[in-house]
Amino acid sequence: MIDTLRLTAEEAFRLVERGEVSTAELHAAYLAAIAERDDELHAYLRTVDDPQGIPIAFKDLVSTRGVETTAGSRILAGYKPVFDATVATRCRESGMSLLGKTNMDEFAMGSSTENSGFGPTKNPWDPERVPGGSSGGSAAAVAGGLAPWALGSDTGGSVKQPASLCGIVGLRPTYGTVSRYGIVAFASSLDQIGPMTKTVRDNALLYRAIAGRDPMDSTTVELPEAVQVPDALDLKGLRVGVPKELNEAEGIEPGVNEAADRTIELCRELGAEVGETSLPRSVEFGLACYYLVAPAEASSNLARYDGVRYGLRVEGADVREMYEKTRDAGFGDEPKRRIMLGAYALSAGYYDAYYGQAQKVRTVIAQEHAAAFESFDVLVSPTSPTVAFRLGEKAENPLAMYLSDVLTIPSNMAGLPGLSIPCGLSEGLPVGFQLIGPQFSENVLFRTGHALERAIGFDVVPGRLR
Amino acid sequence: MAITRDEVLHVARLARLELTDEEVGRFTEQLSAILEAVAKVSELDLSGVEPTAHPLDLANVWAEDEPRPSLTVDEALANAPDRQDGFFRVPPA
Amino acid sequence: MNWEPVIGLEIHVHLKTRTKMFCRCEVEYSVPENSRTCPVCLAYPGSLPVPNRKAVEWTVKLGLALGCRIAEHAVFHRKNYFYPDNPKAYQISQYDQPMCVDGRLVVPGSEGESEVGIVRAHLEEDAAKNVHLGSAQGRIAGASATLVDFNRAGTPLVEIVTRPDLRSSEEARRFLQLLRQTVVELGISDAEMEKGSLRFDVNVSVRPSGSDELRTRTELKNLNSFAFAARAIEREVERQVGIYESGGEVEQETLHFDPGSESAPPLRSKEEAQDYRYFPEPDLVPIEPPPELIERLRGELPELPGARMQRLAAELDHDLAADLVTSGRDALYERVPGDRRAVANVLMNQFAASGVDSAAVNPDELGKLIEARSRIPRDRLIEALAASGEPDFTAEGYLADGLVADTSELEPIVDRILEANPGQVEAYRGGKEGLLGFFVGQVMRETQGKADPQVVNELLRAKLTGYASGL
Repeated sequence: MIDTLRLTAEEAFRLVERGEVSTAELHAAYLAAIAERDDELHAYLRTVDDPQGIPIAFKDLVSTRGVETTAGSRILAGYKPVFDATVATRCRESGMSLLGKTNMDEFAMGSSTENSGFGPTKNPWDPERVPGGSSGGSAAAVAGGLAPWALGSDTGGSVKQPASLCGIVGLRPTYGTVSRYGIVAFASSLDQIGPMTKTVRDNALLYRAIAGRDPMDSTTVELPEAVQVPDALDLKGLRVGVPKELNEAEGIEPGVNEAADRTIELCRELGAEVGETSLPRSVEFGLACYYLVAPAEASSNLARYDGVRYGLRVEGADVREMYEKTRDAGFGDEPKRRIMLGAYALSAGYYDAYYGQAQKVRTVIAQEHAAAFESFDVLVSPTSPTVAFRLGEKAENPLAMYLSDVLTIPSNMAGLPGLSIPCGLSEGLPVGFQLIGPQFSENVLFRTGHALERAIGFDVVPGRLR
Repeated sequence: MAITRDEVLHVARLARLELTDEEVGRFTEQLSAILEAVAKVSELDLSGVEPTAHPLDLANVWAEDEPRPSLTVDEALANAPDRQDGFFRVPPA
Repeated sequence: MNWEPVIGLEIHVHLKTRTKMFCRCEVEYSVPENSRTCPVCLAYPGSLPVPNRKAVEWTVKLGLALGCRIAEHAVFHRKNYFYPDNPKAYQISQYDQPMCVDGRLVVPGSEGESEVGIVRAHLEEDAAKNVHLGSAQGRIAGASATLVDFNRAGTPLVEIVTRPDLRSSEEARRFLQLLRQTVVELGISDAEMEKGSLRFDVNVSVRPSGSDELRTRTELKNLNSFAFAARAIEREVERQVGIYESGGEVEQETLHFDPGSESAPPLRSKEEAQDYRYFPEPDLVPIEPPPELIERLRGELPELPGARMQRLAAELDHDLAADLVTSGRDALYERVPGDRRAVANVLMNQFAASGVDSAAVNPDELGKLIEARSRIPRDRLIEALAASGEPDFTAEGYLADGLVADTSELEPIVDRILEANPGQVEAYRGGKEGLLGFFVGQVMRETQGKADPQVVNELLRAKLTGYASGL
């Protein structure tokens, strides 16, 4: 009897290797769980029948040949790619096969999955609350026992934040270590595919399977060192930095603060050296920087959705009318807002003050982090200022929604990796702890996360499902 | 208002978005609030700072001039909303 | 008041790489629509560009040939606009950090050379092909549409922009010709206007002669030949001068010519300045051409046509020098001994008319022929030139006085030739009367040019017809 709520991918591989369970049985077990729970959760947009390997779910912006890929948008309803994303190919070559495509905020724009063109996803810990976003479907699937692990994508925090809200592990890798070929683009200089798993070891295993230079993506590089699946239970020799601004940012709930503080204390107990540090401008200017750079790139990346070669088309008397009607019908409000914001930030006369200036702020943020990393190996903070909020609570207020990412955005702007692990509960809901490292420091993050995970002993199965 | 109604109409046109009157009003308000918030970046004096175009310091990434198989015509047109023989068809440009 | 034209050119050259600029689909003409496409050049969601290394190298080579400074750090930019032939709704191009800047091309002319500044040369991708269907398709209810073929989308293009240094339509024409020849000799493009592998637009304004002001310019687009462009430029210059002389102002406009009809007047449009919202392409990293690459390519440059024209102009007049190089006969010219002007003239006139391939000619023998040209009857000179491409051609036979007209001497030779070439005889009898020239050439060769061509002609005709009627 396969307990999909508890089974890790590592265990699944072991069971299959030992012949105790077949991959077909695994898929059947997860499909059964989906049949039972996904009507309520709506983590999935579609499931597939591909029982050849260890099951994995992909956020619906990962191109899968012959399988509908919508990026959560009606403008791509019915679109079936004729090619696989590189990460999909690498997963298959590592012994995995597709379980299904998960729900997401449209074009990865959002922090709650309420911006999906196909209805929201619910948090398995409390179905009246959001799972976070934009990779909410993948997070809910893993947390809700509907997939052993999943791929999400992170631009402003879209892997880390839903991992935090759903009580699972999420990695946003160093920019350039995972291929974006076949990933429906939102913001090209920020997007990264990230593993979403129950444990840190699973996360390392999945990262190892997908990471590394891809000749089809000119912005990727080889990993300078091999991925190590972590073992150590202590943090001796590790220097942990606590950036004041990340830990004291406005809007952090008291319960979140307490859980994070306890975890910082735990670092000391495990042998780490803990000290205070500062990122004076990164947090203050991070959000503004992100909400100029990302929409600018998005306004250009989303221009190809014009009804000519694929996706939705609404006819018009001439091609210009077709473009306008198609894009008005196919895009939801958030993509429209960001496209207009981005076009404005790039437009003649405004480029220098907005986009140009934001790209300079990026340099400042990278420099501040690099300076902090001269004294520390890892920087820590809560991942999200709040636990999972209620559906509808922030949906009408874009700026309030954007604040959900205030802690994840700064390091993203510098292309740095970040791991979120569940560190406790507040009001019965998971709190995430964010570990940020320099470029290519995933092994340090995994080591730190694993030791903390073992010491904390967080039960990833949502209370109401035990 | 950080952005006017006319400016919203202008960027909507640039982006080929046909907005209803209601949308124009609502978006003007929301975009104004957002622009005010992001204009914060101009508080910093960054005259000596280089912009970051890429997080990694890469240059000269390219591929050899060797052909790879193309898609078949049917594959290329597999998702076409409208086609005529081997062409994609759209309303007059 | 005297006016002078102020003309600048914007030229697009299609690089003849095997694959496209940002994907590895093959670039091929005349293949079925949409049969050379992939997720990248179709702009499917998630597709990413990967630059063609050869295209980058050839752009550096072209920049060097145009005397440009090669940028140490070049960046690709996105140029954003909507059109069905633009699948990503942006073109990957270059903006303020192009690969090549500040060059020059020296254009020969009858009054001397002029130096035309090259502002920049940059690398970008071509658009797809739109086919506009008219409404007159035999249906009353106007079924017009646009069909799109993405085979061409993504082809590498180099865009070259000149300073407005050209001062006449003729100069513009010569510039284009020289640029075209340079690009072809570099081996990087076929540069054929009919195939679309060379395209150009012209910017035209006028100003009082001698002043250095820059007045409003108009843009001429869709010109489909150098000659037509020259005429269009002249008409536009006249029009602008007329406006100023009647006290008016020239408006900034674009003139769209009809490539299908030279006489049709151009459509005028005041194109709204487009806001392309350029920003650096985040999916690509910068190009920093290594110094070793630049030096290697510089070393590989042949002596370019412009340089050869300049060199030859020292010993000939400019026009003749230019013509020799443009016609591809300068290599032969340089190897033929004798009076330079005489050699050049014969090569460009009588030799040109003979149609003989320059590469097949023995330069010394040709030199002898040219030296003696005033002493040889005109017809014989023509025959000699016609035979000059033969492997064992010597001039001597054509230089001697007197011709053999004795049929008893010539007849056996004629018979021998006919027997030795039965295939050609049959073909001649079958109707290929042009082969008479072949037989004449053979006889002349045998007799080292001493036979009287008229007699040879008569003998051959008689015998060839005779063979036929003898059957």
